[in-house]
Amino acid sequence: MSNIPAELKYATSHEWIRDEGNGVYTVGITEHAQGLLGDMVFVDLPDVGDTLDAGEDVAVCESVKAASDIYSPITGEIVEINEELEDSPELVNSDAFNDGWLFKIKADDASDLANLLDAEGYAASIEED
Amino acid sequence: MAEQTVLFAKHIDAGAKMVDFYGWEMPINYGSQIEEHHVVRQDAGMFDVSHMTVVDIKGGEAKAFLQKLLANDVAKLTVSGKAMYGGMLNENGCVIDDLITYFISEEYYRLVVNSATRVKDMAWINQQAAAFEVAVTELPELSMIAVQGPNAKEKAAKVFTDAQNAALEGAKPFFSVDVDGLFIATTGYTGEDGYEIIVPQEQCVELWEKLLEADVRPCGLGARDTLRLEAGMNLYGQDMDEEVSPLAANMAWTIAWEPSERDFIGRSALLEQKASGALHKQVGLVMEAKGVLRHGQRVLFTDDQGVEQEGVITSGTFSPTLGHSVAMARVPRSIGEIAQVEMRKKLIEVKVVKSGFVRNGKKTF
Repeated sequence: MSNIPAELKYATSHEWIRDEGNGVYTVGITEHAQGLLGDMVFVDLPDVGDTLDAGEDVAVCESVKAASDIYSPITGEIVEINEELEDSPELVNSDAFNDGWLFKIKADDASDLANLLDAEGYAASIEED
Repeated sequence: MAEQTVLFAKHIDAGAKMVDFYGWEMPINYGSQIEEHHVVRQDAGMFDVSHMTVVDIKGGEAKAFLQKLLANDVAKLTVSGKAMYGGMLNENGCVIDDLITYFISEEYYRLVVNSATRVKDMAWINQQAAAFEVAVTELPELSMIAVQGPNAKEKAAKVFTDAQNAALEGAKPFFSVDVDGLFIATTGYTGEDGYEIIVPQEQCVELWEKLLEADVRPCGLGARDTLRLEAGMNLYGQDMDEEVSPLAANMAWTIAWEPSERDFIGRSALLEQKASGALHKQVGLVMEAKGVLRHGQRVLFTDDQGVEQEGVITSGTFSPTLGHSVAMARVPRSIGEIAQVEMRKKLIEVKVVKSGFVRNGKKTF
């Protein structure tokens, strides 16, 4: 069973989201998702200032095996991207929940979070896969 | 239920992620396929390839039978132990499978065929063998380990007996020796030096453990695929199949046209394919921009007559050795030095080179 931190929220499409305060949220992909994708070779990130709807494709994680679209879990504006991933995409594999984060997004409406899963719900959703 | 090789428990011990590979439960990686790839390019790695099928052909007409069955000519093999690569074709001159043939004597040859094609291969071989005085014997009791990399031979030598090492002294590529219970061949699927070792099942675990002790690292099917692709080696079912001519899959060199009276299966169809002028060819594609070329993507270009042409990527990947993407593609022969690939709804420019990108750790284009 892979690691699913209890303090995060999750989308069924395998993104995690962490509340950083002031309406800013950090987004990445889960340990389970990186395991499915395998060794990451490129991560295509959005630009700071991009505005997104919840569920809109925002980034691409490309592994040796496959390219996978990443969807924004909430509606908002990109305020920071993880530039380390340009040279070290493998951070997504080695530390999916911390150093392997993808971008930070400022939420338009924090009530979007209510549509996401908690750790238990996400664990159940990957059991079904 | 997928079959398991005798090394299954060893793979689990080594932390393997197992996947179903055409009915076999095989390791895709033991953590990182990129690290495993580099181990084979820089040091020594080993692969469990026990799922592959070993078939012995014995009998008074063994040579005549294989001269009919295979597009390459076993008459080229005159020294016991010598090996040869080539295709087994259907009547349409397309590839049923690619395989290695080992010559032991004119009445005894050993074939190693793909596991994914085992059932149809055996049916075809047995059907064709009916007209010849030969015995066709599959040997599922044999396992196989490939040891590959610049240090593979040196490390394997620590595991082999003195007699085995003596027999391998000075062995050239595509050669084999059968000594002290191991059938050791200087072949591989990575573009590096090394051996493919056929070993009785009951001795396989011990051989694997000794190789581990000699610091040879287990590598999975993921690394095997990126290594063979960098080396420009075909994967059956992807780069060619029963609908594809060997002439369109970089296998022209494996077709023995002489002597012209040798009527191997597929010969007349191959001649028709050549005469038609419609044959595609295999090329290599190089993309230095971000992104990864993938199997099935369309390759587009305009030929020097101004006509738009289209081909397809048969295998594509990120090349860990080169740090960017490479692919093998089957395209119209009029292709120039540049083409475009349709990737995620965008057209990306790629360089067209000969298939094969890395040999013995070095870039080749």
